[in-house]
Amino acid sequence: MLHLLFLVPILPFCGFVILALGGRWLTKTQIALVGVGSVGLSAVIAVAISLNFVADAPTGNAFSQSIWTWINIGGFTPHIAFYLDSLSVIMILVVTVVGSLIHLYSAEYMEEESDGYARFFACMNLFVGSMLTLVLADNLLLLYLGWEGVGLCSYLLIGFWYTDPANGRAARKAFTVTRVGDTAMLVGLLLLFTKLGTLQIQPLMQAAQAHWVVGSSITVAAAGLLLGGALGKSAQLPLQTWLPDAMAGPTPVSALIHAATMVTAGVYLIARMNVLFTMSPVIHTTVAAIGAGTLILAGFSALVQRDIKRVLAYSTISQIGYMFLAVGVGAWSAAMFHFMTHAFFKALLFMGAGVVILGEHHEQDMFKMGGLRKEAPLLFWTFLAGSLSLVALPLVTAGFYSKDAILAGAWASDAGGRWLWAAGFGGAFLTSLYTFRMVFYVFFGEVRKPFNLKPGIRLMLPLVVLAFLSIVGGYLDLPRTLGNQPWFSDFMHTSLPETKELASSTERNLQISASLISLIGIFFAYYFFLREPGLVRRLVATPVGAVLHRFWFKGWGFDWVYDNFIVGTYVKVSRADKNDLFDMPVAALALVSQGLNIALSWTESGRLRWYAASVAAGGVIAVGIVVFFT
Amino acid sequence: MASIPMEQGLVLAAVLFTLGLIGVLVRRNIIFVLLSLEVMLNASGLAFIVAGYRWSQPDGQILFLFVLTMAAAEVSVGLALVLQLHRLFKTLDIDVASRMRG
Repeated sequence: MLHLLFLVPILPFCGFVILALGGRWLTKTQIALVGVGSVGLSAVIAVAISLNFVADAPTGNAFSQSIWTWINIGGFTPHIAFYLDSLSVIMILVVTVVGSLIHLYSAEYMEEESDGYARFFACMNLFVGSMLTLVLADNLLLLYLGWEGVGLCSYLLIGFWYTDPANGRAARKAFTVTRVGDTAMLVGLLLLFTKLGTLQIQPLMQAAQAHWVVGSSITVAAAGLLLGGALGKSAQLPLQTWLPDAMAGPTPVSALIHAATMVTAGVYLIARMNVLFTMSPVIHTTVAAIGAGTLILAGFSALVQRDIKRVLAYSTISQIGYMFLAVGVGAWSAAMFHFMTHAFFKALLFMGAGVVILGEHHEQDMFKMGGLRKEAPLLFWTFLAGSLSLVALPLVTAGFYSKDAILAGAWASDAGGRWLWAAGFGGAFLTSLYTFRMVFYVFFGEVRKPFNLKPGIRLMLPLVVLAFLSIVGGYLDLPRTLGNQPWFSDFMHTSLPETKELASSTERNLQISASLISLIGIFFAYYFFLREPGLVRRLVATPVGAVLHRFWFKGWGFDWVYDNFIVGTYVKVSRADKNDLFDMPVAALALVSQGLNIALSWTESGRLRWYAASVAAGGVIAVGIVVFFT
Repeated sequence: MASIPMEQGLVLAAVLFTLGLIGVLVRRNIIFVLLSLEVMLNASGLAFIVAGYRWSQPDGQILFLFVLTMAAAEVSVGLALVLQLHRLFKTLDIDVASRMRG
């Protein structure tokens, strides 16, 4: 069974090739069949392989499959090879299962599209294929190929509605900002290769352990450069500015790429290279600090947005901050657990928001919505399930178990654990507040705009399935205080290091306080945004409130700083540098030919006798040269 | 029969050629331009004959026959152009036909 692994990434690529080359001759039904079918089939195979992997673990808890040798020059022989261990099992399961649900949803969501339908599914399939290559790659070069592939698809799909220049700008911004991180990552790969002589991940990790000293400058440099790549892709401080603008793309794209899968690639990279990060404690602590900072900052920004998709975008940045916090404190399995539950509930929330936007005639402003609870009950209940999972409602939601594991890991960490825990704890409060602000604005209160959409089965089935998963997904990993069935952690520990354990009593106290804070957050949201909305308005109207509101609304002014200090300076320098020494020869060439042109066109007088005279003069000169100089 | 030295023949050819060239350059009437061209052609033909005579080779005279043939062809094309010029501009002044100036 495991030898079918290569089909998992190949099938979406086949779908891409069919749709990209033959899309224009296919009907919409055929396009949807190819687009959804390729990913769906890939999901079926992935599930079968995973069951097989769990039931009958291969030797060393890992399986690798080499398809062919990619390059072979002077000892550098990266293969197109896939490596399956528990980490990649979870990744491919989430990518294919959530991915196929989102594809199914897109088949109906994008139906109004006339000529872009095939293009949309081609890009989505290419994305899934690249993402699977990324998570299955057994060497860093193949991983980098997938990494750039998903970046390309992100660009293509953010700018999907390319007739609006704003969408193109958002796409370019996403591409350029992530490029900053990708460049750092590429330098990191070259550094690893020149120092250790291989890019195959497992031998590379062994070589690093054998040859490098913990905390030496080379480990710090390598881990730091890889972290740069992870920060760009996962939209963490200071490269988070592209993600809110990425919401210009169609909603299924936001659900698949900018919430469930691609943006977590950074977390995957750090988890995959965990040996390297454990060997450089400075960088490892930085990861946790960045995660903690990002989750707080993004939480505040999510609190003041008007656009429902931007709320979810900031929420995604914040939740990935939790994952960074988890990998930063060494709670590896907690990070992957939160990745999985987050993929469920965030994909669900985005797709729910998509249905809301469709039903409200492409209205995205939450302040113009309201009362959808009665208008679309099934949508409301699924959206509520996702929201409750996001705010980590105690005991019954998946988000509770994963966030709880992260907070416990943060508390147990040696490097400033209490501070990191406090950030995560405060973030939990913010999460409740902004999530239920959104829920109350959209689904409660009076109806502002009637909801007129009869969502079909293809729109609602993915929502129901994901709502189910957002609730029960947490039971895969019950902590010691609540049932002690850590199946997920045990599975992850076959490929990732163990997490430090806390005393049961401490863990229970942490769980109780986290539960309380999320409930208090929901209550505050209820009080401020539903019961006494005038209070918030007055708060925003105060001078301090207005400044903070504006500041948070604009994402803490990062865009302003980047535009003025980096982009602005660059533009100024290049403008000043426009007439430098190196341009002069080129400019001179142009000037000389221009002068020659003027002179020669003057001789072209149109008078035959002048032509004859110049022929005669030329002849005299030619003969003169021959006679006198030879 | 006393032979004519080559230098004198060549000087005559050069004088004729120069006169023809001056005629081409200064005359504005296209008929006279064509006449002057004939003078130039014959001047070069004379040079060939003189040279052939100096080295006792028939090549010079053969080449003159070619020049004559070419001159006949040139004149037929030239006269056709004269007719066209007259039809278009109602004049024989070639400076009028200068619309192809750069």
